[in-house]
Order: sequence, then structure tokens, then C-alpha cells
Amino acid sequence: MFRNISMSLEFSADAQNKIAALCERYPTKQPVVLAALHLAQKEHGHLSDDALKLVARTLDLPYAHVYGVATFYTMFRREPGGKNTIRMCTNISCMLRGGYEVLEAFEKKLGLRRGQSNSEFSLVEEECIAACANAPCAVVGTKYFLDLAPGDVDKVVEELKSNPRPEGEVV
Amino acid sequence: VPAPIGTKLVTARFGDEAARTVAGYQKTGGYKALEKALAMTPAAILDEVKASNLRGRGGAGFATGVKWGFVPKDAREVHLVCNCDESEPGTCKDRELVYWDPHLLIEGMVIAAYALKAVHNYIYIRGEMMREYVVLQKAVDEAYAKGYLGKDILGKAGFECHLTVHRGAGAYICGEETALLNSLEGLRGQPRLKPPFPAIKGLFNNPTIVNNVETLMNVPCIVDKGGAWFNELGMGRSGGTRILCVSGHVEKPGVFELPMGITFRQLIDDVCGGVWKGRKVKAVIPGGVSMPPLDADELDVPCEFDALQTDERIKPVMVGPDRLFDLGGGRQLRTMAGSGGVVVLDDQTDIPKAVWRIMKFFAHESCGQCTPCREGTGWLEKVARRVAEGRGKPGDLDLMASISHGIAGNTICALGDAAAWPMLGFLTKFRADFEAAIKSSGPANKEQAA
Repeated sequence: MFRNISMSLEFSADAQNKIAALCERYPTKQPVVLAALHLAQKEHGHLSDDALKLVARTLDLPYAHVYGVATFYTMFRREPGGKNTIRMCTNISCMLRGGYEVLEAFEKKLGLRRGQSNSEFSLVEEECIAACANAPCAVVGTKYFLDLAPGDVDKVVEELKSNPRPEGEVV
Repeated sequence: VPAPIGTKLVTARFGDEAARTVAGYQKTGGYKALEKALAMTPAAILDEVKASNLRGRGGAGFATGVKWGFVPKDAREVHLVCNCDESEPGTCKDRELVYWDPHLLIEGMVIAAYALKAVHNYIYIRGEMMREYVVLQKAVDEAYAKGYLGKDILGKAGFECHLTVHRGAGAYICGEETALLNSLEGLRGQPRLKPPFPAIKGLFNNPTIVNNVETLMNVPCIVDKGGAWFNELGMGRSGGTRILCVSGHVEKPGVFELPMGITFRQLIDDVCGGVWKGRKVKAVIPGGVSMPPLDADELDVPCEFDALQTDERIKPVMVGPDRLFDLGGGRQLRTMAGSGGVVVLDDQTDIPKAVWRIMKFFAHESCGQCTPCREGTGWLEKVARRVAEGRGKPGDLDLMASISHGIAGNTICALGDAAAWPMLGFLTKFRADFEAAIKSSGPANKEQAA
């Protein structure tokens, strides 16, 4: 009913400076769209319609273009998610050494199914995260959890509760 | 002389925390090759790279010097792009390389950029590699501050090289070079139709060379020691060493820099401590899941690029029991060296389940642009899943072969082939495993399937 009434979002001064600096690195503003979407997600938690409008406005791009890009890449989320995103790999190398069992242990520990979130955690069944020699593995922000077994899950979750690794911290 | 085991051209600084700073990197000989390169002409560097027989380490194994040679001589602006979008399942080398030795990548890129006369250059790093992005960005910032990037590098008037680290956001397809270029331009990561190839018309419509991380990291030692030296370390038409990432059912998985000529048997038994739990090899994926597997009788083949394509000890991939798969022009498909991701499957592996997981991956990662791939990978996953779950129907093997054959060669990029080839390869070499899975499908399961 109120679809046309939208909150206008803004970037922080820091994000604006980052975007302006990045625009200098390319012949047009369009290539900065991924970085701007990462920043918008960091500052606004997820990519709502208003966040996409903010990116479109900032880079002089059509909303449809930004929408198309944002919905192509799996790291962008259109719904709110948790502070930590646990990306648990189940691809071949991890599967062969028990990756699915670790994922199930995360599901049980967090009370979330793969693909679901609460305010603290998002649990993602991830494709290969390029740490196959230490399978099964998960990545949370800048931190890798390697050679995991289902019994390690409690420790991982407790560590992340006291020392969160939000993906936005690297943007 | 072929490289002995232990030769380290690109992994020498692994474990050296200090190497991430310019000072630490210089202490172990860093940026010396760049000094030497800037005293040479760009053409002389190109000649050395051609003589080195350096081949692309990202998947296709294309000769790097030949690729560089495609850039038109009269190009107004050229770009060099490093593909650090490593996401081929089983491959975990570029992530380690960037993490331990970011300045070797930067040095390789500055030399390559000098040879190619490329000014504005980019590293496309996978979005999920957040730790590596931080390391790389810091190294790039320091390289600028110390005069290894920017204008008049090392006092060479007029030589300008810029490097921008560009983060992806989660899409396997962006490892395909034209999808990567689209993603760099701020578009959805969908591959472009070729030709024109990027070396003619790539980023921002300019001639562009896209090279893998490991490929570019080999450039400094080629300049330092010479192309002929590098070539001699290798085997046949493949110069240098090779990084192999071994995962799956071995005692000691890891990322190893090894001689080109090492066989899979040596790799598994001598380097990785054998198959785990005292078991035997069932199958080996030789270069990322896109490549057809080897069976236990095919392990004496070397990991070298040409050997994996042509060695007659590797059985060719079939479409059906009596029908060879045709790569075009009657060429047979054996397998390929791919990305160096070696996955070992022991003799207790549930092959239909492993194949289902591979197909699930491709169905998830298809960009949706070409119908045979978008629909076909989904169908393959669906049929492979029911076979793996004991709900398979008679005829499912022929159906999977037929779908794969319908995808292969009929799409803009190689992702379609990358799904079709391993499916056909597993069906060729492990048919009995699939047949057993279908045979053992229970009546209750059959009802469910119907």
C-alpha cells in the first residue's frame, strides 16, 4: 500500500570518499558498482530497494542496472542477515571428508537451516572456497576455519560470538 | 634438466610472514627482476616469455607468450588483468600465493605490463577471499608508496603502471575471462561471445591480456634466469614447475610446487603419503572438477599439460558404450591439466553421489545465458540426484549422457563443457557404479521416482 513511499538512504562520508577514490581508477563510474554495493550492504545491512536506489543515484546508473547486478552475485543479500556469515563449503573436496556432516552440526547448533539467518548468524552452504587442502572448511569474513569436524562447531560458534567477523569489515 | 622435487619458483616465500612487506620481499631478492626487466626492451621480455614455454595455469594451459603476442602493435591502450577469481572446486593455490607472496604477483604484473605497454591494470579477486584482499590491497598500497607502482617506476622516465584491486561478489563464472571483464566493467558476470578475443577487444573495448595468478608470478624468474632456463625445468612444451593442490582421500593433502613430469602415482604415494586409511584409489580428478577423471589404471601419466590431453594410456571419453565423444574434427577427449586441483577419491567413494555434487555445483553456477547450459546443468543435477539417492530409473545413464552431449560445444563459454565433460568421463569409466545404484533402487524408491 505504501510502496511508493521510500526512505532515502545515504552513504557515510567515509563510504562517499571511498567511492569517489575508486571512480578515479576506471574510465567510467559503472565499474565501481560492485564496490558500492559492498559498501551499501556494509552500511545498511542488506540491499533493500532503497539501498539499490542509493547506489544507482551515487553512480548515475539506472536502477534496473544496479538491480540486475545485485541479484547476480551471491554475496549480496536482499534481506537482513546475521552479523557473521558462516560460509560452509560442501563441494567435492569438503564432501569427501565430511563437509555435509559439519554443515548439519552448524544447523543444529545455530537452530538455523542452510540459507537462513538470525540477527547473529547467517548460515550459507557455500561452493568451493579454495581451501580444499584443509577440507572441510568454512570462511567467516577474514577468518578461515580449516580441517573441521562436527565436534568443532561449538568452539567456532562461541569464538564468533565473542569475536564477530562481519564481512563488511574488509570493504 | 627437469626440475627436481623441491624446486621452488613461486612458493619459496610460503611461511615467511615478513615477505608481505616490500622490505621483507626485497631481502629475499624481490624486485630485482623488475630492475633487470626495465633495462630490457618490451620485445626482449616477450621473447623470453615465449622461449620459456610458460603456459597459463588457470585452466586452459594456453602459451602465455603467444597470448601476449596477440595484442595489436598499434594498440592505443592495453590492459593487463590478473584473474584471481579462483573457484574451481579442488583448486586452492592462488589464494595461498596471494596470501604469502603478494609482491611477487605485483612484480610479475609490473614486468608484464611493461612488456605489454599496459598502463591501467587490474587484479580481479574473488569476493569471498576477504583475508587475501586485505593482504593484497596493503601490498599494492605499499608498492605505490615505495615507487614500484605509479609513474616513472624505478626512475624509468615515462614508464607508468597502475594496479587496482577489484573485488568480485560471488560468482564462479567470473573466473571465465570474458565474464570477468564484464564483471570488472560493472555488469552481470556473463561471458562474451568470442571472437573477438580479449587480446584484440577486451576491457573497455581495449586489447586486454587476462592471466592467472600463478602464471604472472612465474614472470619475474623468467626475466631473472631466462626463458631457456625456465623451459628446461619443465617437460615437453610446458616450461617451469607446476603447483598441484591435492585434496580428498589422501593422508597428507596440500598445495605443492612440483616438477611438470611428476606422475599421479608419485604425487599420491610419495608426496601425499598415499591414500588415507590404507585404502586404494578409485578415481582422480586431475585438474578441478571440470575435467574428466582418471581411473586407478591411469595414474602413471605425468601431470603435464599435453600428456593429459594426448597420452594413450588415458582412455578417451565416450558418449555411449560404442560411441566416442568428438571434441570437434574427430579429436578425442581424454582429460586436461586444468587448474591443478587434484581430487583423490578412494575405493569406498560413492561415485554417483560425488558426481551429483559436481553437477549441483554447475547447475548453481550456470549464468543462465545459454539455454543448453542453463537447462541442461539443472537436468543433470536432477537426474544425478535421483540416481545417487536410489531413485534412479533404467535409461538414466543414457539420459545423462544425452543431456551432456547436448550441452558440450553448444554454449558461449566453457562452463557447459565443464559440466558435460566430467559427467561423460565418469559415465565412461565408472559405469558399473551407476548401474549398481540404479539396480539397487528399491521398489519404494522407484514408486517415489515415478
